[in-house]
Amino acid sequence: MGSFRISPSMAVVAVLIILTLLGAWRYDGFLGTYNVQTVLRYNSMFALVALGMCFVIMTGGIDLSVGSVAALSSVVAAHLSHYGLFPGLMGGLCAGLLAGTLNALIITRLKILPFIATLATMLAASGTALLLANNQSVSVSYETYFTNLGQGDLLSFMRPEWVDADDAGILGGVIGFILSFPTPAFIALAAYIAGAIVINHTAFGRHVLAVGGGTEASRLMGLPVDRTIFLVYVISGGMAGMAGVILASQFGAGQPIEGIGWELFAIASVVVGGTLLTGGNGSIGGTLAGALLLGIIFTILNFENGMGWISLSAYWQSVVRGLFLFVVVVLQAKLSRSAQAA
Amino acid sequence: MTTAVEQKPNRLRRFDRAAFFQRYGVGLALILLIAFNLAVTPNFATSQTLAVNLTQVCTIVIVGVGMTLVIATGGIDLSVGSLMAIAGALSPMFFTGQLIPLPNLYVGIALGIVIPILIAGMFGLFNGWLITKFSIQPIIATLVLFIAGRGIAQVSTNGDLQVFKVPEFQAIAIGRVLGVPFQVWIMLIIVAVAAFVLHRTVFGRQVLAVGGNEAAARLSGIPVNRIKFLVYMICGMCSGVAGLIVIAMNSAADANLIGLGMELDAIAAVVVGGTLLSGGRATIIGTLLGALVIQLVRYTLLANGVPDPAALVVKAGLIVLAVWLQRQEQA
Amino acid sequence: MTAITKSFGGVPALSEASLEVMPAEIMALVGQNGAGKSTMIKIINGAYVHDSGTIAFNGAPWTAGSPQQAQRAGISTIFQEINLIGYRSVAENIFLGREPKRSFGLLDWTRMNTQAAALLARFDVNVDVRAPLDRFSTAIQQMVAIARAVSFDARLVIMDEPTSSLDEAEVSVLLRTIQQLKSEGVAVIFVSHKLDELYKVCDRVTIMRDGRTVAVSAMKDISKLQLVASMLGRDLAEVKKKGATAFEGGGSKIGGELLTAEHVSIGHRVHDASLDIRRGEIVGLAGLLGSGRTETARAIFAADRKTSGSIRFDGQTAEYNGPADAIAAGMGYCSEDRKTQGIVPGMSVAENLTLALMPALTRSGMLDEARQREVVERFIKEIGIKCSGPNQKIRELSGGNQQKVLLARWLCMNPKLLILDEPTRGIDVGAKAEIQNLIRRLANEGLGVLMISSELEEIVEGANRVFVLREGRTVAQLDHENITEGDVMHAMAHGHNG
Repeated sequence: MGSFRISPSMAVVAVLIILTLLGAWRYDGFLGTYNVQTVLRYNSMFALVALGMCFVIMTGGIDLSVGSVAALSSVVAAHLSHYGLFPGLMGGLCAGLLAGTLNALIITRLKILPFIATLATMLAASGTALLLANNQSVSVSYETYFTNLGQGDLLSFMRPEWVDADDAGILGGVIGFILSFPTPAFIALAAYIAGAIVINHTAFGRHVLAVGGGTEASRLMGLPVDRTIFLVYVISGGMAGMAGVILASQFGAGQPIEGIGWELFAIASVVVGGTLLTGGNGSIGGTLAGALLLGIIFTILNFENGMGWISLSAYWQSVVRGLFLFVVVVLQAKLSRSAQAA
Repeated sequence: MTTAVEQKPNRLRRFDRAAFFQRYGVGLALILLIAFNLAVTPNFATSQTLAVNLTQVCTIVIVGVGMTLVIATGGIDLSVGSLMAIAGALSPMFFTGQLIPLPNLYVGIALGIVIPILIAGMFGLFNGWLITKFSIQPIIATLVLFIAGRGIAQVSTNGDLQVFKVPEFQAIAIGRVLGVPFQVWIMLIIVAVAAFVLHRTVFGRQVLAVGGNEAAARLSGIPVNRIKFLVYMICGMCSGVAGLIVIAMNSAADANLIGLGMELDAIAAVVVGGTLLSGGRATIIGTLLGALVIQLVRYTLLANGVPDPAALVVKAGLIVLAVWLQRQEQA
Repeated sequence: MTAITKSFGGVPALSEASLEVMPAEIMALVGQNGAGKSTMIKIINGAYVHDSGTIAFNGAPWTAGSPQQAQRAGISTIFQEINLIGYRSVAENIFLGREPKRSFGLLDWTRMNTQAAALLARFDVNVDVRAPLDRFSTAIQQMVAIARAVSFDARLVIMDEPTSSLDEAEVSVLLRTIQQLKSEGVAVIFVSHKLDELYKVCDRVTIMRDGRTVAVSAMKDISKLQLVASMLGRDLAEVKKKGATAFEGGGSKIGGELLTAEHVSIGHRVHDASLDIRRGEIVGLAGLLGSGRTETARAIFAADRKTSGSIRFDGQTAEYNGPADAIAAGMGYCSEDRKTQGIVPGMSVAENLTLALMPALTRSGMLDEARQREVVERFIKEIGIKCSGPNQKIRELSGGNQQKVLLARWLCMNPKLLILDEPTRGIDVGAKAEIQNLIRRLANEGLGVLMISSELEEIVEGANRVFVLREGRTVAQLDHENITEGDVMHAMAHGHNG
């Protein structure tokens, strides 16, 4: 007892590093600028949704609405992008926050199970998205810099010429590498850093984990349980909203039917990242690693197929994801049972 | 003690009203909807309209029956849509002779019906295994197959659309008996059998006891784990049947689309139908009516010029209302 | 801090009860189940509001609006099932809700950890305060709960059965901590059923029964026997005189051996319980709360696994995998908690009654409705279940009638042994007598009965023999004619035959 334990989130980071190294060793261009940009650009949306989900799951809840909320936000953002970057961004974000607030109200006021409440919001958001979009994708404005949010590379203007020179060396390589990160990756990274600070260094963050660890005990300790639960759903909605903005910006259109299955990707990322689905314990960093891990599996499948040795269809990725989830869930169940027995 | 006795009549009266809504609410809603449509919607009272609405709910009801049993034990099954995809994707491989040479078409069709349903049932057993052996919450345990299941279906068909034209097989969906589509008969038979099993057999009684009070059920010697295994297996098999009907209707199997979103539709039908989400009280007929109400609301809106997406919003409202009413009764 | 006095009118749970604790005093609060202890505690800590009466705290009138307000005012409660968050660190658990902060609302982890360690050091607890709470033993967790209370500058700490799941070494650490609190001027209300502990640390004792305070005494002025007697509401002098009355229809033919349990132990709770039951015999199992009565009964019924010991039933070794096996062998078990472990509230009387019988009512998978109706109607009539009909929902029945249905659930199985855990708890007087008579009648017909009861009268008058458990051990077997309540109490109090 009290001895050093390998935490689940450390394990997933280790797996992620191993897979990355394996990919770099095995495939040409795996760590190349283009591939890294593509992977990060695409997966930052999922990472954002997973971050919001992580907050919710830490309280012992679940948010099934994130996918269609992202779709709704992408439509709203696309419509408003014609008024400029800022209205588009804020519009999408607010749509997400609003949907999150709806979830929060149904859960804390009507006392309806999170799973059912967010399921209803999922339908409602999806319906609203289709209505606003008139059943088709909504083109964004290409004149207002709105597309830079999803398609741009935030720091590319700072890129000094020498890093692209042949004799730039390792330092140049690393700097060039980091400066080539796409804008959405920076948004996601900023959100994750903020999320980690909130969870680890604010009273609210600790209350999130306390509520998940024991709702009744938290109430008896005088913690603002309802307010905490309320806020995590608003945060989850906000993250889904941000993901929706990036979605619209990246694909140049608001996508009312996108987002199907995002919630499951997010849940899987959170769980694989070592957060307990029953709440009370978890890791923001682990969630990021989980999201990247699930994303990278897809990339590795692509590269592997490109090598021509085997031919695995892209569809294997969901089988592999399910398998990961299976292993993690069973391990979690075994761990918590042995903890109870002790 | 004395205060409890004094309060009783009062509580009973309130309970009765709630019970009335619980019992007849769905039926009442259905009757109101039909009456409204008869008055407002043109061409409503035609066999055409009836057939359209019934075929729309068939697969939802069939999956909903399995889901009702699962929810009756206090569980939930998110994997139904993926299991539909697995069954739907596998079936054509048998009756088109892709997998094994066929002596004749009918053997192929028989295999193409029986084997996919059995496989879906086995995946259901897998859900039950996770839930009983590892004490994993059902919503999480079935999430595994929700994600992996569709992948398995896609991988086994390589994601390709399998188009076929085998009228003998497709009869299970579009054939007609006494003017009614065959799939509607299948639905009615499954509903009748399940309602009978739930209310008249020992198994049904034990299902409700497990959901009503698991500790008491265990202390009464009821094989709680076996019951759970069985309901998840049955739910898997129902999903398998629904998957076959979908491909028979479309004359094509698309692993990406079969049963997409079905878990939500099925849960919605169950909840609107009046089955308690916490388990212990379930009604198969209610699930049938619940699915019909949801479908009819959508039809009513569509027929009266309201766009389809708006129906989704209304459906969301219906679900919240149904669950909220349940809570009021329990409180 | 001066006295706390409260009285209540109209609330059945508590009627005009009072309690008074002085600063730096350890007050024992004892009473049976339903005596009103927990209601009392919940009123002091603000979970309930009292109807009438007055409470004074620190010399001024006082009402706690909520547990949080009480906590802030200096009243902390430590519950039996520790109300802390296992996944979170020791330091967090102490400071949750008022975490030390730096600028920008960020937490000051360093200060939190050092303060937590310093707090715990006062009680000689040296642990890594950054480690999750659930890595530590129950005793340490109790200490953390106490440290949390103290960090609120508590003037009054209420402990509700803190020692019930601790082993002896842990208990002595906890008792030391309580004395440490006392030396710091903190008042303690200590609820426990383990008499030895009370005598070790408490200054005074308040005894409650039926919602009233029946006695307050200095610990040194009251003997264990007197204490138990007033808890149970028995006048000592009278008890000593009065023998067991001949119970109705007693003197039945007692047959051969039915069940023998030897040296059964179950985790921390039961160390060495032994008992035996013969056919046609009612065996009482007595003991204070926490003495391991229910645990022993559940182990016999295979609802929980025993750690060691042997059980023989009906001439065979009883190694069952679960209740289903025990039922098949001919046992039945009515749990003490009717609501959570007995009835299926949403089901009808008939469905509840035949819950265990179902396999026998099966005809090729289908329920034999005719036979079910026949069985149900027979038992409704035979044992007088008052209900509007077999289809009435069981949750609408009174407690006594619910209990009758649960008894019938087993009787229709024709069992050889019936284990009844508090069969008449929370049941009105009339139904209680009916149930007691029924139990006697069944025993006369050859059924073996193991009856657990906190009511001595029920045990003494109903049982042919009585086993007494004390802190998880069988300490006495009373099998002579005319067992008296005094005999049983003596064994419960002192741990041996008088």
